[in-house]
Amino acid sequence: MSQVRVLVGTRKGAFILTADGKREKWEVSGPFFGGWEIYHMKGSPVDPDRIYASQTSGWFGQLLQASSDGGKTWFQPGVKPEEATPQFPPVKSNRFVYDASAETGKPLTTHQWYDGSQKPWEFKRVWHLEPSLTDPITVYAGVEDAAIFRSTDGGENWHEMPGLRGHGTGPDWQPGAGGMCLHSIILDPSNPERIYIAISAAGAFRSDDGGQTWKPINKGLYSKYIPNPTAEVGHCVHHIAMNPARPDKLFMQKHWDVMRSDDAGDNWTKISGNLPTDFGFVIDVNSNEPETIYVVPIKSDSEHFPLDGKLRVYRSRTGGNEWEELGKGLPERDCYVNVLRDAMAVDKLDECGVYFGTTGGQVYVSPDGGDSWKAIVHDLPGVLSVEVQTLA
Amino acid sequence: MDEFTAGANTSLVRVQIPYHLRNLARIDGEVALEVAPPVTLRSVLDALEARYPMLCGTIREHDTKKRRPFLRFFACEEDLSHQPPDAPLPDAVAEGREPLLIIGAIAGG
Repeated sequence: MSQVRVLVGTRKGAFILTADGKREKWEVSGPFFGGWEIYHMKGSPVDPDRIYASQTSGWFGQLLQASSDGGKTWFQPGVKPEEATPQFPPVKSNRFVYDASAETGKPLTTHQWYDGSQKPWEFKRVWHLEPSLTDPITVYAGVEDAAIFRSTDGGENWHEMPGLRGHGTGPDWQPGAGGMCLHSIILDPSNPERIYIAISAAGAFRSDDGGQTWKPINKGLYSKYIPNPTAEVGHCVHHIAMNPARPDKLFMQKHWDVMRSDDAGDNWTKISGNLPTDFGFVIDVNSNEPETIYVVPIKSDSEHFPLDGKLRVYRSRTGGNEWEELGKGLPERDCYVNVLRDAMAVDKLDECGVYFGTTGGQVYVSPDGGDSWKAIVHDLPGVLSVEVQTLA
Repeated sequence: MDEFTAGANTSLVRVQIPYHLRNLARIDGEVALEVAPPVTLRSVLDALEARYPMLCGTIREHDTKKRRPFLRFFACEEDLSHQPPDAPLPDAVAEGREPLLIIGAIAGG
């Protein structure tokens, strides 16, 4: 029978929630890495028991963890605990160094700081890990300050893909309130050379040559809070999503505005329609119905909580513009949590399950495509990310 | 030679590290490290990272070897955080009578 495994990254550790295909009875394991921020965890599509986790701390910096048994045990790539006698070369799985070489990359530029001045790139943390669709030991990392790195040895060594940061618009990128983070990485299953990424606040970018070169794909975005509202870069894209069956169609939750593209990001149109507010962080696409999309409207950029204290998911079955409120099983009052950008996911079962986590520590599941919701857990630490694995 | 006996040309230096790093390195309590003289912050941290490679990058940056901003080094009731990395540590640390303390900044309300 099918199983689902939900990987939950929180402000104080990682948790793994498992259930069978009915998604009614859940087992909770964790915390793993108690006390550490787990920004993101994701499993390999080709070897689901291989999971990568971004473990971070303001005190101790970045660590990278991996599991080869579905999250039961973890290791830092390159560390062999049983050989914990003097070991060289040193562990480098948490070494993220920007490529400043003239030969392979582009010399480091600067980016825009909050006050408009220019500031050098400085690595802070890994926001998102995206395992390859074909190779379990190849994985991409989206980091703050915004850049994309790749490991081809299971996370032991990381190398920047410098074409992104160095293509010329870097000085116009700027941090959003959460930092200048590369938070979305989408690999095109139909075209191994095509990668989409998004940065807050620079916008969305696409590579058609495996990550060597990139182009901004922000035409159609309108951000009234930047000097040129239709600028090529500088937009605060919060998240992008794609149904793998239709890789040219993308959906975006921008700072304000929900958007779609039908041409691989070349052009975007606004699909906020009848949403009560089109500010928010998450967006995802039903795994079986490529025109069914989900968002969690948040009141505003000044008040990061649901409207009127009622937690609501909105679903569009028409690819946008026409939205329906989904609230069965969700808090009706006094709810002032947020749902962060990587904290919504969908499974691949026949009836698509939708999942999201809140800053209040709840993880909700809808086993019926959004019609009804139930909290799997109520009281975890604030949830930073949610990913789902559908296991045979 | 047991864990707490230094070799002929080395010192046995005691080091205490923060809770989260002890968990990471699977260490209970204090660490005793053999360090060839001179005993300095650099030589002690080199020995610590060689013995517990999972700590690489958590106390000081990989390439610059700069101390991470929210960590501090103390010994013998002195703050050694701003001491040059190659300056000798106090004799009491080099002789194993006092531990080198690596401490995380206390933050929060």
